[in-house]
Amino acid sequence: MRLRVALAERVASLLVLLVAWEAASRWAHSRLFPGPEAVLATLADEAVRGGLLHDLGATLARVAIAFTLAMVIGTVLGIAMARSRAIDTLLDSGVVLLLNLPALVIAVLLYIWLGLTEAAAIGAVTLSKLPTVVVTLREGARTLDRDLADMAKSFDLGVWRTLRHVTLPQLAPFFLVASRTGLALIWKIVLVVELLGRPDGIGYAIQVFFQLFDVRRLIAYALAFVAVVLAAEWGVLQPLERRLARWRR
Amino acid sequence: MAPVTVAITVAIDEKRYSGRAGVGPVTALRGLRAQIGPSEFCVVTGPSGCGKTTLLNIIAGLDRDFTGSLSFAPSDHGAPRIGYVFQSPRLLPWRTVRGNVALVQPRADRAGLDELLADVEMAAMADAYPAQLSGGMARRAALARAFAIAPDLLLMDEPFLSLDAAAADRLRSLLLRLVTARPATVLFVTHDLAEAVALADRILVLSPAPGRVVAEMPIALARTERDDPDTLSALRAELARLAGHPIEPRIQRK
Repeated sequence: MRLRVALAERVASLLVLLVAWEAASRWAHSRLFPGPEAVLATLADEAVRGGLLHDLGATLARVAIAFTLAMVIGTVLGIAMARSRAIDTLLDSGVVLLLNLPALVIAVLLYIWLGLTEAAAIGAVTLSKLPTVVVTLREGARTLDRDLADMAKSFDLGVWRTLRHVTLPQLAPFFLVASRTGLALIWKIVLVVELLGRPDGIGYAIQVFFQLFDVRRLIAYALAFVAVVLAAEWGVLQPLERRLARWRR
Repeated sequence: MAPVTVAITVAIDEKRYSGRAGVGPVTALRGLRAQIGPSEFCVVTGPSGCGKTTLLNIIAGLDRDFTGSLSFAPSDHGAPRIGYVFQSPRLLPWRTVRGNVALVQPRADRAGLDELLADVEMAAMADAYPAQLSGGMARRAALARAFAIAPDLLLMDEPFLSLDAAAADRLRSLLLRLVTARPATVLFVTHDLAEAVALADRILVLSPAPGRVVAEMPIALARTERDDPDTLSALRAELARLAGHPIEPRIQRK
């Protein structure tokens, strides 16, 4: 029942958005401000005959690889920094530097050093996201419960089972926060990186449409991208969050 | 596999905590000698801060930073299986009661687990998460977890603290039933003399920090005769004389 009300509200707010868009485009009456109908038709056409799926796939692959790399490396570094003062001292300046270095600078530098390659693109996205994961997981690892660690040790659970059942569940909320903020960040950076130095992907397509002043395609590609982001949020992150919070009262 | 109850010989020369910010170094234990026999129910008591928990952590192998020795017999049996019941239940909040107990004994079959949970009167709550349990239930679950590994040695650190008197009484009788059915050597820490007398085969009294054993007294009374107030105050006076310091009266609980 609550779900149905929520769904109705969502549909209503989408309708408001569509009506406003349609009205604005009629009022502007310009090739540069297409209405929803034209854009949706272009979207369908591009999906079937154009390069939309290819570009979307290329972008998603980059997002997936960079996200995984940043989460894994960032988690390991974050935990290591929380546990060892020496490692923390050694790496902290690097983390602070990366945290404050604009993603654009990282991307340009990597393209100069590694050429306009896939490795440079993925590396730039990974490096932009890495420091936030490190900082979040370091914070999480610092709050690990020593009492539970002692319990695991006294019952001789072993390294793997302790990690799997005692340590990682405590880090899960931090991992989730890092995933969330990280994804939001990556979605934005990946387009910039593609625009600067890749021959495919949504970012590259946006650049082409900009040069052609092809606003219909531009908005169609952007909408497809937003749809995927929302699907990831509703289809993966939110169910995961609910599952992880199951035991909370 | 039936547990082989162990005997313990403790000879701790010194256990020091190095100081941290704002706290100087502390010597928690010094010259502590104790023998605990196989299947003995040994209760350790003493003033606050005398190193009772430290002693348990050393025996559990959680703390190896001490001088002295610690040995278990029979030694050919390998390291003894130790069930530790902590002062707080220390259950994993993201696992159910059954999941918490199963974690320490992954090879246990479901029937064995169910039987154990029934023994601690937690069968109905087997699928509840710790946040849904009362204090007494959480302690039953912790007790079941300790017994799940069929321990040779059971270490208990004021496990019934902060329960109301009736609940603590019920858990004490439950513990005695469990130990009868599933024999283990027990080392039980409490600062409550009435609790010590109710449970112990033998009571060890530690001195104020740095802790060492200053008195010991076997309790030969039948368990039914142990809650008599006169007996209790006589024992308290005797222990205080042996220990050379007053024994804290029973904490009044509401």
